[in-house]
Amino acid sequence: MMPTHSPLQFKNRLFYALVAAGSLVALMGLYAVYMMEHHGHIITGMNNQIVWGIPHVFAIFMIVAASGVLNVASIGSVFGKAIYKVRAPLAGLLSIAMLAGGLTVLMLDLGRPERVVVAATNYNISSVFAWNVLLYTGMFSLVVVYLWTMMERRMNTWSKPAGLAVFAWRFILTTGTGLIFAFLTARQAYGSALLPPMFIVLSFAWGLAVFHVVQAVIYVWNDKMLDPAILQRKKNLLGVFVIGSLYMVATYHMTNLYFAHQTGFERFILRDGGVYPSLFWWGYVLLGNLLPLLLIYMPGLGKNKCVMAASLLVILGAFALLYVFIIGGQAYPLNIFPGYEVSSSFGDGQVAGYHPSLYEFLLGFGGLAIAFLITAVSIRVLDFIPHDKPYIPE
Amino acid sequence: MSDMDSQRRQFLKTSVGAAAVAIAPGMLLFDMAHGKSEAVSSKVRWGMLIDTANCADGCNDCVTACNKENGLSGGLSPTDSQWIRKVELKDMRSGRSLALPVMCQHCSEPPCVDVCPTGASFKRADGIVLVDKHLCIGCRYCMMACPYKARSFVHEPLYDQKPDVPRGKGTVESCTMCVHRVDNGQQPACAEACPNKSILFGNLNDPDSEISRKIRTVASVQLRADLGLDTGIRYQGL
Repeated sequence: MMPTHSPLQFKNRLFYALVAAGSLVALMGLYAVYMMEHHGHIITGMNNQIVWGIPHVFAIFMIVAASGVLNVASIGSVFGKAIYKVRAPLAGLLSIAMLAGGLTVLMLDLGRPERVVVAATNYNISSVFAWNVLLYTGMFSLVVVYLWTMMERRMNTWSKPAGLAVFAWRFILTTGTGLIFAFLTARQAYGSALLPPMFIVLSFAWGLAVFHVVQAVIYVWNDKMLDPAILQRKKNLLGVFVIGSLYMVATYHMTNLYFAHQTGFERFILRDGGVYPSLFWWGYVLLGNLLPLLLIYMPGLGKNKCVMAASLLVILGAFALLYVFIIGGQAYPLNIFPGYEVSSSFGDGQVAGYHPSLYEFLLGFGGLAIAFLITAVSIRVLDFIPHDKPYIPE
Repeated sequence: MSDMDSQRRQFLKTSVGAAAVAIAPGMLLFDMAHGKSEAVSSKVRWGMLIDTANCADGCNDCVTACNKENGLSGGLSPTDSQWIRKVELKDMRSGRSLALPVMCQHCSEPPCVDVCPTGASFKRADGIVLVDKHLCIGCRYCMMACPYKARSFVHEPLYDQKPDVPRGKGTVESCTMCVHRVDNGQQPACAEACPNKSILFGNLNDPDSEISRKIRTVASVQLRADLGLDTGIRYQGL
C-alpha cells in the first residue's frame, strides 16, 4: 500500500514528537540522578534495610528481558527457523537497547556513580557482581558483532557461529543475574540454586513479550500485517514460556514451604505481608500469567490485539514479581537469632518499610526511555524490520 | 684561600642548610602519615567475647561510646548509620529475655568481602573487616550479603568528621573494631565504655590472652554459626 503524502508527513512529525518525549523522560531520569548525587540517597525511599529499591526492579527487568529477547534470534540462527531468522536483527537491537537502559539505571543508582571506572580497574574475582561486569560488556560486544554478521552481506557466513556464541553467552549472563541473589546465603528469600534457572525461564517470557509489543508497533506503523500463521506460532511460544515461568516460580515457593525454617518467610510473602502477597497473587499470578494464558489459548481469542494485550500483561507481571522478589525479600527480617523474638533500634525482627520516592521512578523510567530511544532511532536509520517471505509451513 | 673560594663555601653551606629546612617538615609529615612501619600480621586475630549475662537491660553505653568515637550522629531513623546496636531478645519457648550488642562480627570468611565487586570490602591480616572508602562505589551488595545487618549506607552529606575515622556520602560503612585505637594499643571504644566489662577484647590467636583463656573455660557461641563464617565476635550466655 502506498502511503499518501500527508500521512507520511504526519508520521514524520509523530516520530520526532516521540523521540522528543523519550528524550524528555531520559532527561528527567538524569535530573533524578543529579538530585540523588547532590542530596544523597536520603531523597529515595531506600534505607539501611531496603538497600535495593525501584531502580533495581527496572534495571533487572531490562537486563533479564535483554537476554530473553535474544531467544528469537537463537531460534533463527541456532535452530535455523526461517520466520525467526528474519526477526533476529530486531531481537539483537532490542537486546542492546534494554541492556543499555538497564545498566544505565544500575550504574546511576550507585552511591558513587562517578567511580564506576573503579569497577573496571579494581576487580574482585570472587564477586559475582564483578563477573557480571564482564558478562554485560561481553554480551554487548557479542550482540554488536552478531548484528554485523547478519546485516553485512559479506559477513553472513559468520552469523551462525556468532549466533551460537550469543546463545551460549546469554545463558551464562542470566545465570550470573540469578546468582546475584542465589549467592546471598543469609537471606530467606534468596540463597537458592533454583534462582539462576528460574531467571532464565523468566527471561524467555519477558523477552518475547517485549519483542511482541515492539513488533506489533512496527507493523502498525508501517501498515503491515503479520501473517496469521506466524502470529499463531509466536503466541504459542509465549504461552509455553509463561507456563514455564509460572512453574519455576511455583517450584521456588513450594520448596521453601517445605522447609520449616522458611515457612515464616513464605507466609509473609504469600499471605500476611500486605502489599507483597497482593502484588504476587493479583499482579503476577493473575494479571501476569493467568490472564495472558487466557488471551492466548481461549478459543476465539489469540488474535493480534489479544497477543499484544497478553504481552503487555506479561511485562506488567514481571514488574510485580520483581517488586515482590527484590523488595519483599529484603523487607522480611533477617533471622539472626533463631528461636528468639527480637527488637532493636535498627529494625531487627521487624518488617522493613519502604516508600519509593518519585526520583526512583524517574530514574527507572529514564532507563526505559534510553532503551526506547536506541530502538526508535536505530529502526529509523537501519533496516531492522522483519521481512517475511511468503510463509510456507515447515 | 681566595675570596672566591670562601664565597663558594658560604654559598654551599647556606644551600645545604636551606635544603634541610625545606625538606625536614616534609620528612616528618611523611613519617607521620605512614604511621607504623610494620604491617599488621596474621599472627594476631582480634576478637571480642560478649558476656550477655552482664549486659544490662536498658544500658546503651557501648552504642553511645561508638557514636562519639566515630563521629556518628546517633540518629535512629532507617537511613542513619548504626555501627553497633543493642538487640533485645526473648526466647519464644521459655520466655527468658536478654539483651546484647550486635556489630560487625569480623568474620574470617566474610560474605561482604566475597561479594564486593571492587575489593573495597576487605579483611586485614589481623582479622578486622573494613571498607576502603576510596574504592567503595556504593552498590550495597555487601549489605545484601551480610547475615548480621552490620552495615550502613551513608545516605546524606557528612559534616564534622573525625580525622581518624574516614567516612563518605554514598559509601557503605560498619564497625571498624576501632582500628585506629587498636593500632595504637588501645581497646575499642565500646569495650572500654561498658560499665560491666561485658565486652572482652583481645587476641584470639594468643593462647595466653585473657580472651583465649576465657573462651576455653566458658561456653560461647558465634551468631549464625551454621553459616560457617567463623566470626571474631563470640557471645556468652546466649
